[in-house]
Amino acid sequence: MSGAPESSWTVKVREKAVEALPPEKLLPDGQPTYVASWIYVFGVASIASLVVIITSGTILALKGPAWWHYTGVGHFFNGIHMWSVELFFFVMVVHLWGKYWMSAWRGGRARVWVTGAITFLVAVPTALTGYVSQQNFDAQWISTQAKDGLNSVGVGAFFNVTNFGQMYSYHVLLLPIAVVVLVSAHVLLVRRHGVVPPIELNARLATASAGEAPPPPPAAAGAGS
Amino acid sequence: MIHAAAAAVLGAVFNLNHPAHVVHWHFIKLPLANVIVIALMLVAFAVAIALPFPGAARRAAARRGGGAS
Repeated sequence: MSGAPESSWTVKVREKAVEALPPEKLLPDGQPTYVASWIYVFGVASIASLVVIITSGTILALKGPAWWHYTGVGHFFNGIHMWSVELFFFVMVVHLWGKYWMSAWRGGRARVWVTGAITFLVAVPTALTGYVSQQNFDAQWISTQAKDGLNSVGVGAFFNVTNFGQMYSYHVLLLPIAVVVLVSAHVLLVRRHGVVPPIELNARLATASAGEAPPPPPAAAGAGS
Repeated sequence: MIHAAAAAVLGAVFNLNHPAHVVHWHFIKLPLANVIVIALMLVAFAVAIALPFPGAARRAAARRGGGAS
């Protein structure tokens, strides 16, 4: 050992981290057979969309509104950014439906479910602040309509959708950081607890652990959800 | 030139030069475009459950044959 005192906070953090998420769980060799189903693909599709969103958004932020409004390449990246957001929400909603109907909070996975649900809720204002930051008539229309709605529930000037500077700061810094942190926590929790098994597999394992002979596996084991 | 031609073809297929179509059913009021996206999500959900994943049956059979859990 390096001779570091046992009370060192770095040692404590490292030991806690390795205990919570050992390397073989953090980066496993493979996944259980039941993960070989299309319904399990939508989680990673959400992450892939998020990577495209952040990459295209970074390029848009570097170049600015004149570039994305008045040049061909700017239009292209503006389109990539908008359509990757559409895809992100599309696959995230299907992912959410899949996990809801398989009760993905089973087996101590409540925090996995909660971080996923909060990510969805935070992604909504992240997208809204983007739509009102376009610097065009579409943004004006959306922001004034949203202002009426937000005023009606008492938000007032604290979150002012007609304030471009505030909305742009939310959109390119504060909310993306929140989404990335939440997604990272979500993925680490999935690694820690494992991908939720199908409900029928849980029932078979419970039967087997009770000492009874498990029923025969279903015909679609490993292929369905 | 190509851009203008492509825009003309797409414009013939998707004519957006009008106010949005809205589906109004009791208190539910949704733009048609949103209804189409929701329908596509439902289709994707159903297909993801029904469609077998490539190699899934082979992997399951191999695992059962190998005795691994």
